Amino acid sequence: MIVEVEGLRKTYGSAVVLDGVDLKVAEGSVFGLLGPNGAGKTTTIRILSTLSRATSGEVRVGGFDVRREPAKVRGVISLTGQYAAVDDEQTGRENLVMVARLMRLARPAARRRADELLERFDLVDAADRRVKTYSGGMRRRLDLAMSLVAGPRVIFLDEPTSGLDPVSRTTMWDAIADLVRTGTTIFLTTQYLEEADRLADRIVLLSKGKVVADGTTDALKSQVGGDRLDLHFDDRSAVERAAACVGGHVFAERLVLGIASDGSAAHLHHVLDSLRQNDIAVLRVSSHRPTLDDVFIALTAGVAA
Amino acid sequence: MTLTLIGRSVRLTRRNPDTLLMSILLPLMMMALYVYVFGGAINTGTAYINYVVPGTIVLCTGYGATSTSMAVADDMRKGMIDRLRSLPIRGFAVLTGHVAASVTRNALATAIVVVAAVAMGFRPSASVADWVLAMGLLLLYVLALSWLGAAAGVVAKSVESASVLSFFMLFLPYLSSAFVPTHTMPAFLRGVSEHQPITPVIETVRGLLTGTPIGSTGWVALVWASGLLLASFTLATWLYRRRTSD
Repeated sequence: MIVEVEGLRKTYGSAVVLDGVDLKVAEGSVFGLLGPNGAGKTTTIRILSTLSRATSGEVRVGGFDVRREPAKVRGVISLTGQYAAVDDEQTGRENLVMVARLMRLARPAARRRADELLERFDLVDAADRRVKTYSGGMRRRLDLAMSLVAGPRVIFLDEPTSGLDPVSRTTMWDAIADLVRTGTTIFLTTQYLEEADRLADRIVLLSKGKVVADGTTDALKSQVGGDRLDLHFDDRSAVERAAACVGGHVFAERLVLGIASDGSAAHLHHVLDSLRQNDIAVLRVSSHRPTLDDVFIALTAGVAA
Repeated sequence: MTLTLIGRSVRLTRRNPDTLLMSILLPLMMMALYVYVFGGAINTGTAYINYVVPGTIVLCTGYGATSTSMAVADDMRKGMIDRLRSLPIRGFAVLTGHVAASVTRNALATAIVVVAAVAMGFRPSASVADWVLAMGLLLLYVLALSWLGAAAGVVAKSVESASVLSFFMLFLPYLSSAFVPTHTMPAFLRGVSEHQPITPVIETVRGLLTGTPIGSTGWVALVWASGLLLASFTLATWLYRRRTSD
């Protein structure tokens, strides 16, 4: 296991950000940490990449303890944060050569490494332009290229595609998929189920600093069920009585009750029958594909079909 | 490694000619203003241009410190600091890089001010040894102010708030013997101006370059400059540790 986390806790004063997180990541795999804003994803990545200290718990990366041997951990990892850490006033090539020199490559070797990475990330034409003229997607690719200069064993990617347009997002996904083929371990965080689904072998769902699910993408999907039933009502008390009767998550302002479902007719019958027996009138029923919200509704509310 | 980061900071300065130009042009214009407009009315007991050169050089150092704090604040805010800290290098070296770039900028500014001053009639009487001593003291002072700038940049919430430092850096020289002799000021201002670090530094440099009496001022300046350097370096180190340990 190249990343091992046991009982990780992080508190700021009385605020508990991480509350006993356990993670294991196999070398060469792609690991996705999925969760909404504020779940503790970035804090986890900051602790794993030695930028922040755990309040308690054991964290080992590449076999080294992040607290006792941070320098050794830094030697095997690289971090690509949420905001591209690139110098706007330097060219793409200068940014890459700078990182290579910081990693103690001799000048000619640093230049060669920069050339290779520019080629690989399709930045050759823009290599000698200042980064401030780059598009959002190009900045992210340069940022990722800078992370790869020293050939790290583990790459931490914090929300690598947030804020990108769909085309740049796909390009970024391809770049990440290429990395996987070279055998590098990837630890990424994301808010998008689709992204985790597409890239990750294993996913851990984080909610309010706790792991709420851990498994392969397929296993998680079957756990969610698949679809969500939205039951529409005409007043607030009906929604609440329905929730008391069949469970689910109340969207009070829209007078909707969301229920995780396996999409079968039997489940729909069961729900509607229960409501009729309790004299609760349903206006309308709709069903849709699961979103990350639904995964959380299903996993945190404990409502199953 | 530190050299790479110094190279980076110098390059970033070069790519931002507005700041560089301002930090040299403005003191030069102030010098010209004082020499040709106010200087005639100020009695310093010598040609005014000879009086005003050290003050102009010190004014430049204030700009240098301000740009240092802005550059540091930019790195801290934009996530560059996280990238550098996750590399197997000392993240603190990024501050050293900015401070070294500030010293380079100031060396350039000082050279330009001196050349311009000579063109305007500045006639220093200094020997080579005097020049070396004067530049040594200025170097110490520039280092002290640049580390203070770096410390301010570490704690600043934004690049804009980092530039608040410039207010003090650019205002304080006027409350010193930079442009007018302190004995012409009202008593309470004289107290301030004679006991702040800029006055002894200016008096010492002036003495070394133009032969005005120095007396014990040289030692006072040396103690101020090294004390400030020690304090601001310690402060920057401490603030950096605190900011980066959460």
